[in-house]
Amino acid sequence: MTAITGRVRSAAPAIVVGIVLLGAWEGLVRLFGVQEFLLPRPSSIATALGEQWAGSADTLGTVPLREAGLNTGIIAVTGLLLGVALGVVLALVAVRFTRLGEAFTPFAVAVNATPIVALAPIFNAWFGLTSAFSNQAVVLVVVFFPVFINTVRGLTDVHPDQLELMRSYAASETTILRRVRIPNALPFFLTSLRLAAPLSVIAAIVAEYFGGPQSRIGPVITQNASFARYDAAWAAIVVASAIGLGLFILAVAIERFALPHRPTEGE
Amino acid sequence: MESTTDATEPAVAIRGVVKVFGAGTDEALTAIDGIDLTIAPGEFVSLIGPSGCGKSTLLRLIADLLPLTGGEISVFGKSAEAGRVDQDYGMAFQSAGLFDWRTVAANIELPLELMGWSKADRRARSAEMLELVKLPEFGDRYPWQLSGGMQQRVAIARALAFRPRLLLMDEPFGALDEMTREHMQNELLAIVADLDTTVVFVTHSIPEAAFLSDRVVVLSPRPGRIHSIVDVPMQARTAELREHSEFFKTATEIREALRAVEATIPSAGAPEPSPSTGEAAE
Ligand SMILES: Nc1ncnc2c1ncn2[C@@H]1O[C@H](COP(=O)(O)OP(=O)(O)OP(=O)(O)O)[C@@H](O)[C@H]1O
Ligand SMILES: [Mg+2]
Repeated sequence: MTAITGRVRSAAPAIVVGIVLLGAWEGLVRLFGVQEFLLPRPSSIATALGEQWAGSADTLGTVPLREAGLNTGIIAVTGLLLGVALGVVLALVAVRFTRLGEAFTPFAVAVNATPIVALAPIFNAWFGLTSAFSNQAVVLVVVFFPVFINTVRGLTDVHPDQLELMRSYAASETTILRRVRIPNALPFFLTSLRLAAPLSVIAAIVAEYFGGPQSRIGPVITQNASFARYDAAWAAIVVASAIGLGLFILAVAIERFALPHRPTEGE
Repeated sequence: MESTTDATEPAVAIRGVVKVFGAGTDEALTAIDGIDLTIAPGEFVSLIGPSGCGKSTLLRLIADLLPLTGGEISVFGKSAEAGRVDQDYGMAFQSAGLFDWRTVAANIELPLELMGWSKADRRARSAEMLELVKLPEFGDRYPWQLSGGMQQRVAIARALAFRPRLLLMDEPFGALDEMTREHMQNELLAIVADLDTTVVFVTHSIPEAAFLSDRVVVLSPRPGRIHSIVDVPMQARTAELREHSEFFKTATEIREALRAVEATIPSAGAPEPSPSTGEAAE
């Protein structure tokens, strides 16, 4: 009970700030008579969201937001899962075969610093414009690098005394990996998951901007914008934000659940 | 092959041991240059000497965590490697080195787990060890919930959990305050007397060496050699001993040996141990 009221209480300031910001947005747009195409009011966005969600109102040929959100969500989540899986597996391989890891890790760090989403049109050419995998591949690659880099760090950042202790027990490399390196890497991995989750939605939508089926959030945003239906475009952005936020919250929940016994580092 | 040890066999026999780091390169560094030392079963031997003289290196050589360059080391009549594989020794370092994702009890049970003990046996032993280091209610806590001194006691419980005949300790109390340190020294003595454990103990502290040891081995600066061995008179090692004149006599003897040793450090003459890594130009 107290834990729940405590959580509500700690979330209260954020909720208040959110409501105040939305109110200020609404008020300022009305006060200064800002044109809808520059910045629609939150209330118009909410109305558009309601109309476009199930496609009850005229959507001018764009798919209902519910369907677009579902499709983009599926691409983001599947790409995320593939990228996370590949990142973890290759991190384990890189650590098990030290030479390989030493050659590959600096390369991965360098690539991670580049705008990988720019590959989207290339992947469209490789895997086909209509294939979902073109967009999934962009998500996969974007997610892979932070997961790989963090997991390798966690697997290798072990205190030398702890490694010596394990060797004093005549433990094999496999045992050391299972008993020391993997548990040591868990918090690093979960941090990378928290970074990667919202990144996956960003990557999916940017990839969708470069073409592909129209039934996804990216094209719905561009189409509505080109029809000057900015309230509908913003409604699609709200849906995309909700997916990203949802995945982030899920990642945080997994982190809390998997590491219940760690001292909480202040956020 | 195994149980060939008998009562007269030394716990540790070190003969003509030489350790050169980076042998054959132009950065070759002789850490230890010809050490002979025999340690009897049940004996408590301390290694003391200037920083960088090779105390930790000697301990790691006994533990077979480093390869020898020359000479030989046997542990209970076997090679150091056989001693490691047979888990003849337990080890404790200056940092407790506990795994923070394991509870205190699970930390103590780790070596037992690796040796294939059943869960019930492990539980029973960790409870017993926690009793021994006076932390009986802390089994379910995590290391970060414990003070530094308590963590160090857990590390000692872990090192002793499988009742090794030999305990190797590298400045285990170095990070503790004076009161906790003395308290831990008393506890360590009680525990090793109880289990009849042989101890090789690295320290920087003269009173610590004088209080704990049967013999104190004073090493000379790098390359490490034995400068002298101070025999500590047999005596009940109680808290009162710390105020006893015999204790001060031993401490003085160790201090003088260390002075003599430090006088041989060329020029600079920094007599206080410093955390040098020994990259001195030579
Ligand atoms: N892995 C290593 N590679 C190269 N040189 C090393 C290594 N370990 C130790 N040395 C060198 O060997 C010498 C002895 O080191 P050691 O750690 O045994 O000293 P120590 O007596 O334990 O010192 P301290 O009292 O400061 O702990 C030092 O000069 C050190 O720089
Ligand atoms: Mg040392």
